[in-house]
Amino acid sequence: MEAAAVPTVAVPAWRANLATIGAMMTRARNELVRVPGAAIPGVLAPTIFFLGLNGVFGALTQLSGFSTGSYEAFIVPVSMLQGAGFTGAAAGVNLARDYESGWVDRLLVSPAPRWVILAGTVLAASARAMIPAVFVFTIALLLGAGFPGVDGMVICFAMVAAMAAVAACWGSFLALRFKSQSAAPLMQSGMMALVLLTPAYAPIALLQGWLRTVAEVNPVTHVIEAARQGFVASVTWADTWPGLLALAGLLLVLGGLALREMRRTAQ
Amino acid sequence: MSALVLNARVVAALGMRSIRQTFRRPQLIAPIIVFPTLLLAIQTGGAGGAVELPGFPPVQSFLQFMLAGAMMQALMLAGNSGGIALAVDIEMGFTDRLFTAPIPRFAIVLGRLAGTAALGLFASCWFLAIGLIFGAEIEGGVLGALLAMALVTTAALAVGGIGAAIALRTGSASVVQGLFPLVLVVLFLSTAFFPQELMIEPAKTIAEYNPLSFVVEGVREPIIAGINAGDTLAAVATIAGIFALGLLLSDRALRHRLRAG
Repeated sequence: MEAAAVPTVAVPAWRANLATIGAMMTRARNELVRVPGAAIPGVLAPTIFFLGLNGVFGALTQLSGFSTGSYEAFIVPVSMLQGAGFTGAAAGVNLARDYESGWVDRLLVSPAPRWVILAGTVLAASARAMIPAVFVFTIALLLGAGFPGVDGMVICFAMVAAMAAVAACWGSFLALRFKSQSAAPLMQSGMMALVLLTPAYAPIALLQGWLRTVAEVNPVTHVIEAARQGFVASVTWADTWPGLLALAGLLLVLGGLALREMRRTAQ
Repeated sequence: MSALVLNARVVAALGMRSIRQTFRRPQLIAPIIVFPTLLLAIQTGGAGGAVELPGFPPVQSFLQFMLAGAMMQALMLAGNSGGIALAVDIEMGFTDRLFTAPIPRFAIVLGRLAGTAALGLFASCWFLAIGLIFGAEIEGGVLGALLAMALVTTAALAVGGIGAAIALRTGSASVVQGLFPLVLVVLFLSTAFFPQELMIEPAKTIAEYNPLSFVVEGVREPIIAGINAGDTLAAVATIAGIFALGLLLSDRALRHRLRAG
């Protein structure tokens, strides 16, 4: 007796890919909902840095060359981007944990394209980065940083989301390279260096020696300038596009490295 | 062999174990040395113009001013890491095995603290070397450098006592690790990174009474000005106070752990 043929409905590839990305983002959200405490360090660290730096270095605005008299306004985008860096790097730590527990292996034998798996991880990190960003932004407004305008706020949050994606690519690359959570300090400190080796504490003209040179070539300088513009002046396209370009370049390079490592891992 | 010599050997052996443990695992040494070094470099370059602010104490450079802050950061992180390592030992059952050994209980804590103190000494040497390499002068000369190293080492021992007490009380590495943000708060609310007179309220007032500020000034003076008896005594008294508090809390936590089983 012949078995009845089961009609199969071909799901378009793009829809399957979207479903996979959505499932991975849901998994990341579930982790957060089930263990809310896990989000605390990612929120606390940039908040402490924001409050601490403001209390300690607030007098720097007295130096000639500062475009604003409010250090809160000057430093808040840095803390938000720092939060994005921590959150993105944490995505790398989680990926390393998943590798150690064997979950990544199971993921890699699925028919989902590698870039879809990476996109799920990266987009989840971008979404998660909104938690510390909103928290720090609210604290800054309460302390008198001044509202950056709708356009300034949108640009700032877009920069934060994209920076978290960059950090998640970096974290994923290291997680798959070292296949161990012990690479976590490298993920965190790498992102911290990238964000702070910029005009984070003072305008570029006031930076000393080597830091000025590094900040001038560090692409994240453009990201910080773009995110900061609404807080210290008005929003312009001239201050925005270099940030977008820098983020696109970083995503391309670090995303490419992460993808290559994922393919190597699968082999 | 006298009991004193025997106990000293136990403390030395456990101390060596904790030092080896730290240096064998890059993830343990990295936060203690790399993180403060990175922040020192960034803050020196980023906020270096601060020396021109009216009210800033006379210093050769901002790097010279910041060396004490970097050492403080390293020793606080060393204390935290020592606590984490002790909590890991508790979680893995190593401490229970030590409890059943014919050694005094205080040697278990002192052994861990010896490792933390060694890390403090290493950190002080590291940052003084960095300062000298990048042109910072130690105004107090060799004696001043030795004084700064001694204060940082003993302060690491004292702060490590608090970390050990929390580890013994909770027995959880993640709880001790969770104190990391608190370490940052205590640091920011002290004079580690900026002169107290130039800080913004409420950080300014809190820094004035923060015990860590007394230790910072004790370490900083020999570097930026020369040995000052008043600052040194205040730092020594503060370190002694923190050490006594750490020992008291550790003793209580140890008794609680042994009672609870």
